[in-house]
Amino acid sequence: MEFGKLFELVIAASLINNFVFTRFLGLCIFFGVSRKMETAVGMSITFTAVMVVSAALSWVVYEYVMIPLDITFLKIIIFIGIVAAFVQSADTIMKKVSPTLYYKLGVYLALITTNCIILAVPLINAGEHYSFFESIAFGLGSGLGFALALVIMASIREKLEVADVPAPFKGLPISFIIAGLIALAFTGFSGLITL
Amino acid sequence: MAEAKTHELVVSVSPHIRGKETVGRIMWTVNLSLLPAFIMSVYYFGPRAVYVTGLCIVASVLFEHAFQVSLKKKTTIGDGSAFLTGLLLGLNLPASSPFFIPIIGSFIAIVITKLLFGGLGYNIFNPALIGRAFLLISFPKLLTTWTEPTAKFIDMDAKTTATPLGILKEEGLVRLMEVFGSKTELYKSLFMGSTAGSLGETSAIALLIGAALLLARGYITWHIPVSYVATVGALAWVFGGEGLFTGDPLIHILSGSLILGAFFMATDYVSGPTVRKGQLIYGIGCGAITMLIRLKGGFPEGVMFAILLMNCFAPLIDRAVKPDLFGAVKEQKK
Repeated sequence: MEFGKLFELVIAASLINNFVFTRFLGLCIFFGVSRKMETAVGMSITFTAVMVVSAALSWVVYEYVMIPLDITFLKIIIFIGIVAAFVQSADTIMKKVSPTLYYKLGVYLALITTNCIILAVPLINAGEHYSFFESIAFGLGSGLGFALALVIMASIREKLEVADVPAPFKGLPISFIIAGLIALAFTGFSGLITL
Repeated sequence: MAEAKTHELVVSVSPHIRGKETVGRIMWTVNLSLLPAFIMSVYYFGPRAVYVTGLCIVASVLFEHAFQVSLKKKTTIGDGSAFLTGLLLGLNLPASSPFFIPIIGSFIAIVITKLLFGGLGYNIFNPALIGRAFLLISFPKLLTTWTEPTAKFIDMDAKTTATPLGILKEEGLVRLMEVFGSKTELYKSLFMGSTAGSLGETSAIALLIGAALLLARGYITWHIPVSYVATVGALAWVFGGEGLFTGDPLIHILSGSLILGAFFMATDYVSGPTVRKGQLIYGIGCGAITMLIRLKGGFPEGVMFAILLMNCFAPLIDRAVKPDLFGAVKEQKK
């Protein structure tokens, strides 16, 4: 267990192989909630928390249930099930235990189940045979990377609110162009860490 | 706390004196301040420098005019900003670029990066740098073929060679010393501009003359360039050598497009932060990312990507360091 490897995993997953800007995953939520900074921050917090827990849960199930039973070919269905079950139970528990928190973040929880990053992370963890802590580090890095992307995007879109964007490009089209240009800037990080 | 905020906003009755500064005046002055760098590039790289830079300028101005005319808007080519984008893009290209490189780069810079966002004042990214980054990713071979500066004004097939940073990255400091002879020779070449590289980036002295004009006129302030260059120097000194604190800051400061980037592109009013404190953070961030890419990344030069990445963060920095509204009461936390 080396700390350096874990740190590299977090950096690699959040900056160098940022899910949004280099793998182009999770775009529906990325464009959906990045219009306002407030929703972007709420989503970032919820997403990172769910990401870490579901990466850990999936690892445990994969390692101790699926490999012994030799049903790894079912991993896509099982991982979706794990994530959906976890998010739903978190939703229910939060509603009972902390209604204020539920009121603030609950609306994002339902959205997260439809995000493809949440499925990609357990699949990559299983494919790369990461250890338990490496899986958590990868999940954390992915969550932070997504949070970073959301917050950058929200700050840019709020600034563009007053801009005289040509009519056909208003709203979503210009957002896709912004995402493309940010992705262009993020290519500067390529080759920084090779895992 | 009442004494701390003694600024008073005085608005006198009319008539007011109108300032002489306009967007056009500032932009044309910046264009003028790049003239020494352009002259040096013509001196070292010959007619190719005029050809590449001229094509960039013509293409940029034409794209801006055509776009605005076709949308039935008022054309803004007279304010010199499209000219400046073309000039900066040209000065960032290698002398051997074939004709389609300036044209594609100008299209990306002017139409995609500037006009689609609503024109001058709304672009999130520096147009010339996005144009250059797009070209580098799309045509990596053409954009990294550097010709040797001959300083002979004849157009001939020049010898290709590597940039000082390219040699430093691929073969190390020892090889760089072999090429240039001694450290003094290396510094002299980097300072005057007789090294391989993009057209306008090589000559530190020409760029500094232009930067001095901008600083004297108050069009740029010291915050971004100084914090940028100082961060690069400090990180080069600490991490650039074999061991800690043995690196050579001067090589990293004078080589590559650092001077051009720090004084002419990071200081862009539109794509950088506007609050002074934010500008310092922005400069330090640019410096840190530049050195990260130069020392550890996959590219030999990091100035372009560093400024573009900090462009992404500029709206966020501005939000974070936003000064309190005059007379505003801080929100009470429960």
